[in-house]
Amino acid sequence: MKIVVCVKQVPDSAAKVVAENGKISWGDAPLVINPWDEYAVETALKFQESQGANVIAVTVGDESAMEALKHALAMGCKEAILVSDASLQKTDSQATARVLAAAIQKVAEGEGVDLVFFGRQAIDGDMGVTHAQTARVLGWPALTLVSQIDNLDAAAGKIQVQRSTEEGRQVVEGKLPAVVSVGKDIGEPRYPSFMGIRKASRAVIPTWSLADLGIEAPQVHVDWSDVTNPPVREVKCEFISGGTAQEIAETLADKILEEKVL
Amino acid sequence: MSNKVWVYIDQFKGEALLTSWEVLGAAKSLAEDLGSGLTALVLGHEVGPLAELAGQYGADEVLQADDPILVDYRPEPYTSTIAKLVGEAQPEVILFPTTSRGRELAGMLAVDLNTGVLVDVTALEVRDGDIVATRPVYAGKLLANVLTKARPQIITVRVRAFPKANQDANRAANVVRVQVDLDEAAQKSSVLDYAEAGGGVSLSDAAVIVSGGRGMSNNPALQAPAGLDEREAEIWRAQEGFKLVGELAQVLNGAMGASRAAVDAGYVPYQHQVGQTGKVVAPDLYIACGISGAIQHLAGMRSSKLIVAINKDPEAPIFKLARYGVVGDLHQIVPALSEAFNKRLGK
Repeated sequence: MKIVVCVKQVPDSAAKVVAENGKISWGDAPLVINPWDEYAVETALKFQESQGANVIAVTVGDESAMEALKHALAMGCKEAILVSDASLQKTDSQATARVLAAAIQKVAEGEGVDLVFFGRQAIDGDMGVTHAQTARVLGWPALTLVSQIDNLDAAAGKIQVQRSTEEGRQVVEGKLPAVVSVGKDIGEPRYPSFMGIRKASRAVIPTWSLADLGIEAPQVHVDWSDVTNPPVREVKCEFISGGTAQEIAETLADKILEEKVL
Repeated sequence: MSNKVWVYIDQFKGEALLTSWEVLGAAKSLAEDLGSGLTALVLGHEVGPLAELAGQYGADEVLQADDPILVDYRPEPYTSTIAKLVGEAQPEVILFPTTSRGRELAGMLAVDLNTGVLVDVTALEVRDGDIVATRPVYAGKLLANVLTKARPQIITVRVRAFPKANQDANRAANVVRVQVDLDEAAQKSSVLDYAEAGGGVSLSDAAVIVSGGRGMSNNPALQAPAGLDEREAEIWRAQEGFKLVGELAQVLNGAMGASRAAVDAGYVPYQHQVGQTGKVVAPDLYIACGISGAIQHLAGMRSSKLIVAINKDPEAPIFKLARYGVVGDLHQIVPALSEAFNKRLGK
């Protein structure tokens, strides 16, 4: 069984991200694997352990995106592939999905790919559609926002999952190959082991260009260049103090009611 | 079928999600700005009443795709159904609510139509006949303003970002039953079952959110039951603290939230998490209890209308966003606040 995990490299969630002269800056904050993608890697690795699957991490980006792949390797993925091309300077979710789909097809040459895992969204763009778009390009079922995998039967070509939606959980069965995106409730990701980190640091990660994938640069529809800082919140905190907890609470309740937000 | 603006009505078991009417309101004003009527898309099985409701909320035309194959939501047949309708009528813009379904449908539809998609938009503006959408990125640390030239423009609108459209029981749309010709045998997924979510108001819909953080476990007056180890005792104390937060949320008819620290420490389940790797929320009132205000948390709640913070540390960053603050012991203040609101709200 072959499983692909798609990962992205993003500025650390603790980064102070600002727009400076129209450019996005995150200061000296480190670039890390997208936190949601760690859950995707973890889910895939469980099947590497329980069903002997081969897990391959894939990302689209420049050379610096190697770090996200190294993290995935250090966690335990067998292989990693960087898709990088000068023509991918500007991209949007759909263009990325088309490149990922082509990369997945290339990985699938020969014995095929059974499953593709994604994190539910990347914490930079916050779009959360690349997984569904990749599934659509491939023509595979999209099983998104999965919080539990009840059954994976590669021989029978089936997977049964529970999806978290507004109303609760939806139990869905999909035909393989399928694309699955996972949320945080799927289970905590492991930390890379010391051995894993050493192995990852020595790993040779192949780089595929669009020519290797046999595609042209996909059309980009969305221009993300106009980015601004959100308006500064002009609030001065009024501290309520003095008296007992009851007295403070009474004053605070009155103040909140005066604001007429309830 | 010549309306430029379309809106997708998200439903579950025949009932519209409240946010569908918010998006319909946003679509209606967009249609007026573009000098067009408004078409609503209603997909499902036996959804006639919903089509009628869409008319009452302001749609001029409703395309009702009603078929047993659409009884359970699945992204593939829903996307194919919408893509076919769009191909026939060529609208300029299609709005969806940013729900679990709306988000993925919008994304997949953009692939079918080879056009752009924007998710979780908080503001829309018509500029020279083009639509400029604003959406938060990096969990709201930045705003992106995007004009898409490709047509149709596909946009999902953030929950609670626009006011609900007004309902007029005397209003009716022209409801058109459209044909669905999909083959069940060709479908690659099937819905087996549903499990309901455990009660309470959901975070994204809530007008009021009361959240607890790491500080929930610091109640020195509380003696944990015998036999618990240190960590179990901490979780027990925190859960006692979260009961107070839950009570206040209930009094205010709101939802209970939590910081990532509280979720990671095992105090409350993940579905309560507010912040960059949880839910991004914008309620009318946000009360933060024992939350110091890590940048990831602030990003997730900074657009709330009124923020109130209760924390023992006067230097906590959360106070920089708060309109009202109390420096003190939340284990005393929070129950007192529940009581004060109970009195005032006549409960």
